[in-house]
Amino acid sequence: MAMSRDEIFDQVKEVLVDALGLDDDEVTEEATLMGDLGAESIDFLDIVFRLEKAFGIKVPREELLPAESLLTNPEYVSNGKLTAKGLSELKAKMPHTDFSDFEDDPDVNKLMDLFTVQSIVNFVETKLS
Amino acid sequence: MRWIWIDKFLEFTSGQRAVALKNVTLAEEHLHDHFPGFPVMPECLMIEAMAQTAGILVGEARKFEEKVILAKIKKAVFHHYVRPGDTITIHAEMESIAPEAASTTGQIRRGDELIAEISLMFSHIDQNLAGKKFPEENFVFTDMFNSLLTGFIADNRTEPQG
Repeated sequence: MAMSRDEIFDQVKEVLVDALGLDDDEVTEEATLMGDLGAESIDFLDIVFRLEKAFGIKVPREELLPAESLLTNPEYVSNGKLTAKGLSELKAKMPHTDFSDFEDDPDVNKLMDLFTVQSIVNFVETKLS
Repeated sequence: MRWIWIDKFLEFTSGQRAVALKNVTLAEEHLHDHFPGFPVMPECLMIEAMAQTAGILVGEARKFEEKVILAKIKKAVFHHYVRPGDTITIHAEMESIAPEAASTTGQIRRGDELIAEISLMFSHIDQNLAGKKFPEENFVFTDMFNSLLTGFIADNRTEPQG
């Protein structure tokens, strides 16, 4: 039977609590992984491994974290901001992410704020459907 | 000099599991101070023993082509002291491995007694840290480490037949 969104959220929450050593109530849908929950780069790989195990899915790294490959392309980044082309490319690759705040100021330093608990839940939901 | 913190392998199944053994002796000078009159193996050095056992398991799975670095201690729970004269076995299992990283779970035991549970993450550093360059040679896996595996790799690696 398909999992409900709440069930997916609860499971994602458990993954994040274990991977990042958090308290249950710290994990909200809006929380950003790096800024709010203190994730470091290796934690993302840890989270990927745990999501794969928890949901029985395969998570190619570039699918969950496509920003890395964009950043090295001068066509997509100019003066520390994503170009229009870069932004549309990123949006296409991250359909599970809310870009509404980021679009106003696509500073690459704010890229990591795109990774919220909600974006992971959305990602898993897409993968499972 | 590299500090080898396991004495030998007892089992090695490529990409899956490894069991190493360490004899703990009062000849290890740090035990004289940890603690005076009550020598016990420091828990951080149990993590090191697991990092070496599991790290070699991870390295061998990619034929020692990656530089494997301990990146995260996911879990470290200690149940008992380890004293001079004890023989401990370090049991490491591969949990996941990807181009960039690997995760392992494991236990340290003294006979059948559970001493510690240690889960680790390793980074293949050339595949991470975009833009940073590391030396060409694999400074992680030296000949000394490889010598530990003598007799195990040849026994376990399946060569394509004729």
